[in-house]
Amino acid sequence: MSTLVALARAHALAAGRAQPIATVRHLHVHDRPLVLIPLAMAGEANAPLAALLGDDVSRPRLLVVGQPRNRDERFAFTADLADAVVPYLESFAGATEAVPVDRGRDVRHRFVDAPQVWVPNPGGADFLRLLGRSTRFRRVDGDHPVPPSVPRLGQWLTFLASSAEVPGSSLLVNAVQALGSHWATGQSAAEDAHFGSLFAWITDGARAAQEAENGPVAGPATDPAFDNEVLAPLIASPSPAMAGVLRDLLTPTWERMWKSIALLRELPVGARVGLRWDSDRDAYSAFVEHLTEDGTPQPRRDGAVAAAARLQRLENAAARYAVQRAFDDPLVMADHRLTGAAFGAEVTLAKADRIDDSGKRPVLRPRIMVTTTETVRVEPGASLTSPARPSQKAKVISVTPGPAGTDVLLELSGGMGRKLVAEPGSVPAVGERLLLTTLSEAYRPGAAFPDPAETPWTHGGPPPHREDLPVA
Amino acid sequence: MSQVDRLRGSAPGKRHNARTVAALTGNPGCTRRAVLDAAGIDKVRLAERIGFPGAFGQSRFALARGNAFEAMLKADDCALLRSTLGAYVGGYEDLGADEDDTLSARHARTRSMLNDGAEGLLDHPLLTLEVAGQTVFLEPDLIAYQNGSQLQVVEIKSFAILDGQADGTAVSAAAVQAAVYVLALRRMLGDDRVSHEVVLVCPENFSLQPVAVVLDVRKQLSTLRRQLSRLASVSSLISSLPDDVSFDLAQPVPALLSSLDTLTARYAPECLSTCEMSVYCRHEAGGRTAALGRPVRDALGGLETVDEVLALASGAREPDPAQAEAAALLRAAQRLRDEAL
Repeated sequence: MSTLVALARAHALAAGRAQPIATVRHLHVHDRPLVLIPLAMAGEANAPLAALLGDDVSRPRLLVVGQPRNRDERFAFTADLADAVVPYLESFAGATEAVPVDRGRDVRHRFVDAPQVWVPNPGGADFLRLLGRSTRFRRVDGDHPVPPSVPRLGQWLTFLASSAEVPGSSLLVNAVQALGSHWATGQSAAEDAHFGSLFAWITDGARAAQEAENGPVAGPATDPAFDNEVLAPLIASPSPAMAGVLRDLLTPTWERMWKSIALLRELPVGARVGLRWDSDRDAYSAFVEHLTEDGTPQPRRDGAVAAAARLQRLENAAARYAVQRAFDDPLVMADHRLTGAAFGAEVTLAKADRIDDSGKRPVLRPRIMVTTTETVRVEPGASLTSPARPSQKAKVISVTPGPAGTDVLLELSGGMGRKLVAEPGSVPAVGERLLLTTLSEAYRPGAAFPDPAETPWTHGGPPPHREDLPVA
Repeated sequence: MSQVDRLRGSAPGKRHNARTVAALTGNPGCTRRAVLDAAGIDKVRLAERIGFPGAFGQSRFALARGNAFEAMLKADDCALLRSTLGAYVGGYEDLGADEDDTLSARHARTRSMLNDGAEGLLDHPLLTLEVAGQTVFLEPDLIAYQNGSQLQVVEIKSFAILDGQADGTAVSAAAVQAAVYVLALRRMLGDDRVSHEVVLVCPENFSLQPVAVVLDVRKQLSTLRRQLSRLASVSSLISSLPDDVSFDLAQPVPALLSSLDTLTARYAPECLSTCEMSVYCRHEAGGRTAALGRPVRDALGGLETVDEVLALASGAREPDPAQAEAAALLRAAQRLRDEAL
């Protein structure tokens, strides 16, 4: 917990209302999102009870497991869910755009749009992950055949759930996390996990939040009292009429979901959100291609090489997301300024035409002196960047603390054109206010991993050939 | 009438179980919980009586499934449980349902059977453990599994293990509970007779097919031991309470509230999922940084109240020398926040 967010929580408690912790929106909000509120049956591993879903606030569609004790009804429910969800997910696999790769020597194609599914909370995303696990290996032939849409749904849900683990991805969004990364409430993080309460802190304040706490749950777990008093008597009858009570239970969450989306949509979007949505569209395009070409379900667990590669992708995404958020949002950057990883400074001296000719060829290396009263925790030799000039590096030459502030001497490289004279405006001028940070947007190359067939013995050796791999 | 009975009043006492011992060690500094539990006070009803009910019910679907799973394992002389635990033969002894009037008889039988050291499964044993100067009876729904020279605790749980992974909170709760049983058994039989590895039996994947996994609870055991020893002796605490303190539910609410006031609570948001009194304690802790959670409190320099934090952040108040560092950080944070907004 950073001090700035903690301070915002203190303000929220005193004001009785949630306080902003971001000045821009850090996630992509789709024009036509699909809202999906799953509800689970208590006691069993991932047994669905109902789902309220749709891409239009005025037309929610309720799917209910007719008799939760009957396993066949559960599979019928999954087939219905597949028919409702898969067409939405596949509806974006239409128009494509060309993206240059390999420094413009080649192009690849990606879809111009991708789906976005909203669930109320992390539990909802987890439920979808497990539902994907339980359906993607189902067979369409044999003893208990299911419609082909069921394993297809399983693969889609697995794809969405694994992309939700990538920091900054917006393919599967949970509302609690989305709201919680833009507002701080005057309660603990554990209490924020209650979607209704978090939403009320933002829209109506502390008193409404307290009332919402006792209101209907946002799933996927049901309230034990609801199970015992409402659901159990209903299920005891041979053909339970549950649609009414479940609709009443889920409708408040449905409305809050759409209001949350609208609330976030109103915020100005961060400059780098589009870049991350591009990555999401890449992932979507690759997955659609996998489905049409190969179509094997994702494995139960990743092999050693795939797991290591995935971990590295997640780490890179987390680092990229943290830097991009800070560069997009002064309030997030303020956190880094507080810890000394960034500081605001004023340019006091600038030599824009300095040439370094000690090497084979002379190169343009302007030097500037900045002065700041903020904490500076950088060493000579460190490389800094400024969000205003992300392609320019500033190497720290010296740090001199003085009575009126700290003087930092910087040597600039990059982002000034190809000539030995800097492009106008590319070198900060005397008097300019700058923000300098050790955070860097620089590309991180992926590590080299061995071929799965050459997995070292330290990691279990090459995987055995899987003849029995289930076919969807 | 003992002091403890007076505290409780006319109601029958609630007994400790592994879950309450585990919760107690989760927040060992909370005097309120320690005293209420030691006196066997029904916290659910107390919280309802003073108007701060919590939601601590259990879904009957979950209960039914748990019971069905256990019954399935124990059917036919534990046939399924035996095959899950591995090729194993031996006796099976069920010491019977939990009833108050058979406590000491069952405890004596448990002790003699375990001392016998015969191979076999022992269901519903009755154990004792010293918690904060009080002897509490534990009625584990567990099976002690005698194998060679060592005794193993078998814990049957109905949460699923999916592809070798299970819900982390459920597993850690099960591990702490099993550690309570291991500790109680070790105090009875000696450390080397009871294994620090417990067997967890759960349904596998999406079926009811059982699977057994071995958990090492050494870490939980040492935490438990340390925290049990740290628990302030509740007996002396109880005897130091004023005579008019009582939690007899027949009393009017203001009397109950003033009794509660004499017991200091240490509220943290984690209490909400473990303690029946938590809603009241949260209400009482309003305006304190601790109510926002430990990470928030730490990030705010460990200051006690939110008013203090905001006064120092805005510079409206001069910090004590001890607060100087926290105040400087808060002022810097406030300045940066104002600048960015």
